[in-house]
Amino acid sequence: MSELLIKNAVVYDPINKVNGEKMDIAVKDGKIVDSIGNGADVIDAAGRLVYPGGVDAHTHIAGSKVNIGRIMRPDDSRLNNKPRTKITRPYTGYTVPNVYAMGYGYAEMGYTTAFEAAIPILKARHTHEEFEEIPIIDKGGLTLFSSNWMVMDAIREDDLDRVAAYVAWGLEASRGWGVKIVNPGGGEAWGFGKNVAGLDDPVPNFEVTPRQIIRYLAEANEKLNLPHSIHLHCNNLGKPGNYTTTLETFDICKDIKPKRDRQAVHLTHIQFNSWGGNHWGDMESKGDEIAKYMNKNDHLTIDMGQLVFGSATTMTADGPVQYANAKLLKARWANGDVELEDASGVTPLSYHPESYIHGIMWAIGLELALLTEDPWKVLMTTDHPNGGPYVNYPDVVTLLMSKKKREEAMAKIADLTFERTSIATIDRELDWYDIAIKTRSAHSKILGMVEYGKGHLGVGADADIAIYDLKPDETDSTIEYEKVKAALRRAAYTIKDGAIVVKDGEITATPMGRTYWVKSTAPSDAHDRMMADLKMKFKNYYSVNFANYMVQDEYVHNPVIEECGYA
Amino acid sequence: MLIKDVICPFCGCLCDDLAVEVENNKVIDVKHACKIGAAKIRGHNRIEAPMMRESKTDEFREVSYDEAINEAARILVDSKRPLMYGWASCLCEMMKKGVLLAEEVGGILDNTASVCHGPSALGVQEKGIPTGTLGQFANRADVVIFWGCNPVQAHPRHMSRYSVFAKGFFTNKGRKDRKIVVVDVRKTDTAEMADEYVQVNPGEDYKLLAAFRAAVADKADVIPDTVAGVSKEKIVELAAAMKGAKYGIVYFGMGVTQTRCKYKNIDIAVSLTTDLNAYTKFSIIPMRGHYNVTGAGQVFAWETGYVNGIDMSRGVPYYNPGETCSNDMLMREELDSAFVIGGDAGAHFPAQSIARMAKIPVIQVDPFHNPTTEMANIVIPVKVSGVELAGTAYRMDSVCLRMRKLVDVDFPSDEEVLDKILAKVKEIKGVS
Repeated sequence: MSELLIKNAVVYDPINKVNGEKMDIAVKDGKIVDSIGNGADVIDAAGRLVYPGGVDAHTHIAGSKVNIGRIMRPDDSRLNNKPRTKITRPYTGYTVPNVYAMGYGYAEMGYTTAFEAAIPILKARHTHEEFEEIPIIDKGGLTLFSSNWMVMDAIREDDLDRVAAYVAWGLEASRGWGVKIVNPGGGEAWGFGKNVAGLDDPVPNFEVTPRQIIRYLAEANEKLNLPHSIHLHCNNLGKPGNYTTTLETFDICKDIKPKRDRQAVHLTHIQFNSWGGNHWGDMESKGDEIAKYMNKNDHLTIDMGQLVFGSATTMTADGPVQYANAKLLKARWANGDVELEDASGVTPLSYHPESYIHGIMWAIGLELALLTEDPWKVLMTTDHPNGGPYVNYPDVVTLLMSKKKREEAMAKIADLTFERTSIATIDRELDWYDIAIKTRSAHSKILGMVEYGKGHLGVGADADIAIYDLKPDETDSTIEYEKVKAALRRAAYTIKDGAIVVKDGEITATPMGRTYWVKSTAPSDAHDRMMADLKMKFKNYYSVNFANYMVQDEYVHNPVIEECGYA
Repeated sequence: MLIKDVICPFCGCLCDDLAVEVENNKVIDVKHACKIGAAKIRGHNRIEAPMMRESKTDEFREVSYDEAINEAARILVDSKRPLMYGWASCLCEMMKKGVLLAEEVGGILDNTASVCHGPSALGVQEKGIPTGTLGQFANRADVVIFWGCNPVQAHPRHMSRYSVFAKGFFTNKGRKDRKIVVVDVRKTDTAEMADEYVQVNPGEDYKLLAAFRAAVADKADVIPDTVAGVSKEKIVELAAAMKGAKYGIVYFGMGVTQTRCKYKNIDIAVSLTTDLNAYTKFSIIPMRGHYNVTGAGQVFAWETGYVNGIDMSRGVPYYNPGETCSNDMLMREELDSAFVIGGDAGAHFPAQSIARMAKIPVIQVDPFHNPTTEMANIVIPVKVSGVELAGTAYRMDSVCLRMRKLVDVDFPSDEEVLDKILAKVKEIKGVS
């Protein structure tokens, strides 16, 4: 079968503690191997930067929210257009690219895996329909359980095993990889136009609190021995003063004992939840407080949710936040209530450096990454396309690597930003090893994908490899940020499962990736109790019959199934 | 054999609780469906074999599938501006193939929304759309407004399953828990059973919606004594009822989208709905017709970035409604062939467009004879999706479901026909 040798690579592979070592990488049948024969194809990396393929643990790439974004925004689809070629389908869109541009765009940057961060179970079939059309990259998705009637009813009756049984069923029904919680309880309250105010504010009509929802789902997550921890979007997102809720939320999972070698909770796009002040007028950064907590505690991980100036399409299961955004900005507003399960909203907006609000948000994301000492604890994300589109990752990398680049950016940002944040005082500049952690290795570790060969280049790993046209030995990333950005934007080579899919930043092949999902099991008595309740809810409240609800095998292409359950 | 949980391939309700009795590979009985849905599943007058004719005034002659497919491919390749229209009564799997074929021949990709809820899409582009799934409305809505739509006739089970009689968690008395308002130019059967019937003057929906916005904003002083044929008193009273709802829902149809002001009506209806969210929860949703016209918009959007009226001739999708939709181009006499699948241009296009279609080669892919057949030069019969073929469709609220296959037939699927046309097109063009 196919063999490939990458010679003279300068490799950063943090999972295997390889830090800029000049070495060869051997590939056989899509996997990394110790050595290969003489007949292999050879790529001479000639001292260039080599990373494992990029992994994005939190992005919005497929499903009903993304597509309503496209439907609402023909203005966005007019951007980044590229006609079809013999190899590629047409590209359209910047914040909400079409399915083809979505896959090509990731691959061009050396990314080979991306996880959709919010799948409503009722609409999961749609998510997988789009997965099927996104070329090249491997995919997985996180399933929403935040305001689910099955979950809340079981919690009210203090039936943890039933919560776990439903999580197991819901993951299978949606073909999901992990448990996503968005503004716990808020989606149900939003069903009647309300929200929950904090962790102990009971969900109307259900008599459970957001704190309980988080706690029970975290425990159920470990009972089921899931590869990923719960993945939490905190309450009160997007409100000045919300950092206190965030710090309180951090504590909820402090004593959860993860069954696997990973965090007990991942808290996502924390930039949007690190705000001090009492209103827009006195809003300030509490990124330093959050980072202080991160430096003292080891049970949690976060991702940046970095803001990128320019156009964005915000999309989230946090329905009330999107209503507030749309009202504040007089912007277009799509809301998407999902019966018995959750809420959602989509609002296009634009981030301006002249606005100190946006300036503070921009600074917070960077503070989180730079003030938290351990690079493994903070992933680089933009919460695509909420903070900005993923195609800007190279730009974010340069901000993390270069103080000079930050200063250049700061010159254009509203002055008040620097009274309300500490960004101007931070000297830290990340290196290539840190960036490898923040853009692939930690993503894989946090998701539980290391054993699936993602985010590293050890023997047996998937041969997903990025070669960038940049020699770490000869490049000063603290100064030559334009060169760094250009190299990361268009990989010299992206190799997926051992095959070259990008050369010199151009797509050369479009294989279809895999879809990862988790099939887990709970004790049968708990499963039976859960099914009795579930059947009742389908009979009385769902608009779809039970038999037509679960995503069928036909929709999951190249599936890889993790099987797990109660120990 | 009784097949349960069958999904109906008729309208955008996608009722998924049908039970169909099949014996010897024939549908014997259809339970729980409305009359229209049952009639479609039972089957009727299908086209038995592929047919072709040179002139539209000639009689059709039966031909082989290969001959019809090869000729269809030749026409598409020879055309400078082929229209590829319909895509509403077919499965998402076909639409994906359709996009690929349109890319290959540089065609104009358009779906039936063009003459239906196309203006709704424009309204969404202007203002967004606060909406939800039909079960959300069934479980919560206590104020229900039907505006310019008549579900009794067009979506017969909508009221019992989702909107009026349905009992839900917060609406356990069903009809008794709800105030039903119908706004229409005539007293339809739906209006007959409403609590309030509001007769709006034809073409004046925008005015009435604007008056509601003023009343909701407590600015009734600017409202004249009568607006669009409705008294100020009634407008103020209904606005108060909307604000007093626990959960309100507006279902709207072509009475709003295809009347004077078109997309502006949707723009302001969405604005009214958004305004109401300052006081309570309110949603709005179009009543989609063809069972999978919603899917056409979804598939086209994720494949191309646009919902309809997509010109593929530049190699990259180009969208400019008013310029690139079927009727814009037919009336400009710009199109030189038409490929019609899963929709009936012949029945629904204006006369001027039909006059153009009469002059250009028309290819029809459809199980059934319809007015488009009368204008066709090539007719390729296919399976009835959702009865003879399984696959994907989107309900009017964008919930995606998998249609079931009930019986086996020898006809090819639309997908097989599209695959063969695509292969032939590539062969003629000499591309791999």
